[in-house]
Amino acid sequence: MTAASLDTAARTSAERGALARARLLRGLLPALSLALVLLAIAWLNPRAISYFGFSLMLNLAIPIALATIAQMFVIAGNELDLSIGTFVGFVGCVTATWLKDAPLIGAVILLGSIGVYALLGALIHLRNLPSIVVTLGMSFVWQGLAILVLPKPGGKAPDWLLGLMAFKPPFIPFPIVAALLIGLIVHFGLMRTSYGVILRGSGGNPAALGRAGWSLLRTKIVLFALAGLFGVLSGMALIGITTSADANIGNGYTLLAIAGVILGGGEFVGGRVSPIGAVIGALTLALAASPLLTFMHIPPDWQVAANGAILIIVLAARVLISRRER
Amino acid sequence: MAALKPLLAKPWIWSFIGALLVWLATIAFTGGYGAGGMVTAALSLAVFTVIVGVGQMFVITLGPGNVDLSLPANIGLASAVAMKVMDGNDSMIAVGLLAALACGATVGAVNYLLIWALRIPPIIATLSASFIIQSIDISYGRGLQIKPPPGFADFANWQILGVPVLAILTVLFTIGAAIALQRMIYGRSVLAIGQNIRAAWLAGVNVGRIRFLTYTLSGALGGIDGALLAGYFRGANVDIGNEYLLASIAVVVIGGTSVAGGKANVPGVWGAALFLVLLLTMLNTFGVSAGVRLLLTGLIIVGVITAAGGQKAPR
Repeated sequence: MTAASLDTAARTSAERGALARARLLRGLLPALSLALVLLAIAWLNPRAISYFGFSLMLNLAIPIALATIAQMFVIAGNELDLSIGTFVGFVGCVTATWLKDAPLIGAVILLGSIGVYALLGALIHLRNLPSIVVTLGMSFVWQGLAILVLPKPGGKAPDWLLGLMAFKPPFIPFPIVAALLIGLIVHFGLMRTSYGVILRGSGGNPAALGRAGWSLLRTKIVLFALAGLFGVLSGMALIGITTSADANIGNGYTLLAIAGVILGGGEFVGGRVSPIGAVIGALTLALAASPLLTFMHIPPDWQVAANGAILIIVLAARVLISRRER
Repeated sequence: MAALKPLLAKPWIWSFIGALLVWLATIAFTGGYGAGGMVTAALSLAVFTVIVGVGQMFVITLGPGNVDLSLPANIGLASAVAMKVMDGNDSMIAVGLLAALACGATVGAVNYLLIWALRIPPIIATLSASFIIQSIDISYGRGLQIKPPPGFADFANWQILGVPVLAILTVLFTIGAAIALQRMIYGRSVLAIGQNIRAAWLAGVNVGRIRFLTYTLSGALGGIDGALLAGYFRGANVDIGNEYLLASIAVVVIGGTSVAGGKANVPGVWGAALFLVLLLTMLNTFGVSAGVRLLLTGLIIVGVITAAGGQKAPR
């Protein structure tokens, strides 16, 4: 009898070990894919792995990471934001015009746009609307507003923003410092505070959360407002780098941000997201799309395809790991 | 009034009322000038939205999370494929159309393959696929200057007594789609899966096959749409399908199809497509700038969706 029970005990502990290993592997997948892309770059062009190389290659990583975090908040609540790209573009246009010429009005406009995001969250919750359609409609609104603010490409970033984005910390390139900072701050807020748990719970099991007395309306408003806030930061960071704006400047960010969240280990339903993973996912996409392809002498036509291929490969790897989990 | 009541209860009637109101507002503005021409133009343009809208409708009806985001890229690639195969040659029209259809169907099949093999939500699968298709299209269709065969361009623009022939054919197609949806095993299976995928599976519906067929159908319709668009606008273009992402989803939802799945509505797709096209015509007639036009289009779509409200997903 003892032999038999020992046997089962040994087996379950072995199984548990395998399960834990699979989970760990799954959690490490975003970091592994980033490491793989970095290795490929180092192998193809060792000189790129330097302070200057990283500053250059990760140039646009900060706005992408911020937009990805914005999308992550929306996905945490089981919704999807198809307007974040044009929103980033709109913020960019406001930053390059109003925020420079009349900082107070510019700031009010940007705060107001975060308010619009919060209202959208409320609207989607109260009328039980499909977020895909609402945000798709909003993407037209933001694009229209962006064109009204800045009919022709141009404008100029405020000097303080230019100075901030050109910051050169010692030893570690600014984009990496910024990405680490963004990831850690959001990680702490969403994963380590009690209200962060409630926010994720609103995506994981809204019914249970509602019965426990939490306002689902409020969680949705907070999630959308946070998305708006990070969208604003993304647009401002983008203009700080590009120095001038264009109404279409952010259009590609919508799909990039969704891809970043999923690459970073986020799930579409169930409030399972990872801020640090999302930042890593954004960095992977930023690196893989252009520097890696350039070093491999692949024409830029295939830039978008590289994003798609990475997404598919990582998801396939995830399926293989999950199969072991079972 | 009593006869009107059952009509008003139909979910699709509102999209037609909306289209009518927009049309009336426009001709009130022009003083009746161009009222007929506007309907002709609206019908010709609505056709392209209706074709992809029907495909998207079947996909969305499969249930929450099912949506085909690869349509714009698909349309773009198919338009380039059709133009290249036809090569300005009237005798190759049918072959070109078939090539576009096959190209679209392949995209749809690959979409489902990704959903099935990677067990990922359709949004992500069609999104990743669309990234790759977009690149193929950019690389394949770069600088493509091939005009459609004159016969094909004439066909796409052909009108009889002010009614575009393409619109008549599309009406026939949508009647077929409505019959397939309500009276055929395929359509009933789609509805059943959308209402409760597990119950449908237990009832013996071959869920995998039906979903595969639906994504392939949506892809194939996108392919045909791309070829027709290239014929109508006399040339292929990477961006030719861009507006059809919003349009295809919007006409489905405005037309009274449930986003939660399991409830579809074919006539509404027509009403909503006419509504959207006439809305653009109205804003153009009013002479508003591009920015205001985009802004108002977005606001009206959000407004219509809000007014229509969402239904609770059946659980």
